[in-house]
Amino acid sequence: MQNLSTLIHLDYTLMIVGIGAALLGTVSGALGTYAVLRRQSLLGDAISHAALPGIAIAFLLTGSKTPLILVLGAAIAGWLGTLLIISIVRLTRIKYDSALGIVLSTFFGFGLVLHTLIQRTGNANQAGLDTFLFGQAATILGRDVLTIGILGGIALIIMLVFWKELKLLVFDEGFAASIGFPTRALDVLLTSLLVIAIVLGLQAVGAVLMSAMLVAPAVAARQWTNRLRLMVFLAACFGALAGVSGTVISSTASRIPTGPTIVLCATVVVGFSIAFAPNRGLVWDQIRHRRNRRGLKTATDGLLKQPQQGKK
Amino acid sequence: MIHAHLDIQLIAIVTAVACALPGVFLVLRRMTLMSDAISHAILPGIVLAFFLTESLSSPLLILAAAGTGVLTVLFVELLQRTKLVKEDAAIGLTFPALFSIGVILISRFAGNVHLDMDAVLLGELAYAPLNRLKVFGYDLGPVALSVMGGILGLNLVFILLFYKELKLVTFDASLAAALGFAPTLLHYGLMTFVSVTVVGAFDAVGSILVVALIAGPPATAYLMTDKLSRMLILSAIIGSVNAVSGYWVAFLFDVSIAGSIATMTLLIFCFIFLVVPNRGLIAIARRHARQKWEFAQTMLVIHLFNHEGLPEAEAESAIEGLHEHLSWDPSFTNQVVRYALHNRCVSQTETQLTLTERGRAVAQQALVE
Repeated sequence: MQNLSTLIHLDYTLMIVGIGAALLGTVSGALGTYAVLRRQSLLGDAISHAALPGIAIAFLLTGSKTPLILVLGAAIAGWLGTLLIISIVRLTRIKYDSALGIVLSTFFGFGLVLHTLIQRTGNANQAGLDTFLFGQAATILGRDVLTIGILGGIALIIMLVFWKELKLLVFDEGFAASIGFPTRALDVLLTSLLVIAIVLGLQAVGAVLMSAMLVAPAVAARQWTNRLRLMVFLAACFGALAGVSGTVISSTASRIPTGPTIVLCATVVVGFSIAFAPNRGLVWDQIRHRRNRRGLKTATDGLLKQPQQGKK
Repeated sequence: MIHAHLDIQLIAIVTAVACALPGVFLVLRRMTLMSDAISHAILPGIVLAFFLTESLSSPLLILAAAGTGVLTVLFVELLQRTKLVKEDAAIGLTFPALFSIGVILISRFAGNVHLDMDAVLLGELAYAPLNRLKVFGYDLGPVALSVMGGILGLNLVFILLFYKELKLVTFDASLAAALGFAPTLLHYGLMTFVSVTVVGAFDAVGSILVVALIAGPPATAYLMTDKLSRMLILSAIIGSVNAVSGYWVAFLFDVSIAGSIATMTLLIFCFIFLVVPNRGLIAIARRHARQKWEFAQTMLVIHLFNHEGLPEAEAESAIEGLHEHLSWDPSFTNQVVRYALHNRCVSQTETQLTLTERGRAVAQQALVE
């Protein structure tokens, strides 16, 4: 009973964090849908790691810890990393996965070098590396929620404005190019939207787990529908659900970090969807399989019995 | 101090080579990101083994972590086999989930023991020589060196013993299956070695930078050669160069050694990407430029050839009016004429261009094609 009352009486900090996580889940869920459908699920992982040197350089140049400046640095670095990945794949025979791996780890390594440089200057005001890696959802403030809301909202609106173009890009890039859509520009647009979603999420769940926030809601949503519209909507809902439930669960006990809990909640949603989604789900698959087998058995039994009766 | 220099560089080289060798097969098999997944997903294995043994240097830790790595590969494949999730998404789902479990376990139960997240994720090469292997009071060098040396040896033996099989499975898995090799078995074998290597290496360089050691040198070598054996040797050399140069850069600027090795990996990759013959960016740009001039020269000789010996030949092959006949820019036409003269495809009398034997051959060849 007491648990319930604490749940109902959400205190202010928890509410702010919850709203922030829900907004993040919505934005990354909706935009992650495109990444998953284009089989670029791990691009998010690469962008989030590649953002580290950007944050460090932004801090070295301006000396300020204002979230907006750091987010801008992160976005530029993440964007440059993606550009390098795209040109490696286009100009050499190195495949997408290796290009991702190289950019992800070496950009991060360069960020680490810069980070040790910052540490050496002994600036007490430094941006913590732990925060970057794991996020610190508890430090989300009202103005952060506002930033997430505004930037995330803009990203979602751009997505809606270019709905038709992006849909075509995802499902039939060759056709899109042949009827005159600027596919490369659209590719860059979509990637930029992803970059926005990722740098917004860094503060809450951190670089290591950000990729899961893009992938998990989209994969879960994919199980329930074959329509893009519904999939984007469902993924946004699942993302928000994971954000809120993760925040609430981690607040009920001490020393449970929020970011990983959000990711685990999203994973549970995926597990449930893969098992129980109608038509595609594994459970329905098994039931159908068994029903088919029984049907086949009765049919063959009938066939086997008939000639025997005929002999008599 | 000199010993520390030498020790760290030796550890870095051995780690880099040990990672680069299995990395070659990962890069060729398009499974590079599996190393990323494994290096993150081993965290819960390490944490659980740590709770059991209460020591960070127990060999059980490495075994548990390697086991978790293989389990990760298995999870990803199970997810993929349901056909509900594509490979990239399966990887992107599995390792964050396992990693999250690890992080929650650490912060919930290991708050007051020494299991530093930074050490797990980032590693610290600078402290590696301090932890020394002592047998009967004799100093046998840093523990990390013998661990990584052992792993390097294992990888070498595995690759040398199964070289033919690995090669076949990598380049033609269905032929390998048809001939009776066991691609799945080899796949899991390779993945086991990758897991063990990642676990050994992450102690030194951390779990994120392991990916740089695994993907960087093989991808760089892939730009330079077409032969598997050469790619293996080149990767080992490039890995060592990255390690040593990274170490000295880190020493000069007093920054993270692992980070600096990763940075050198990127720089050397980009350098090779620029200058490598035939496939590099510079070579590609030069080829494009040459093709442009060669095409223009062919157009010129075909034009001359078409009008050769005909009444209008004098007008058509006058240098003055050439750009109008070919509808080219005058200065471009001059450059093409100079290019053709240089190649001895045409010869010049005061106002006229005439085809040489070679020019005629080029034109005929182009028209036949």
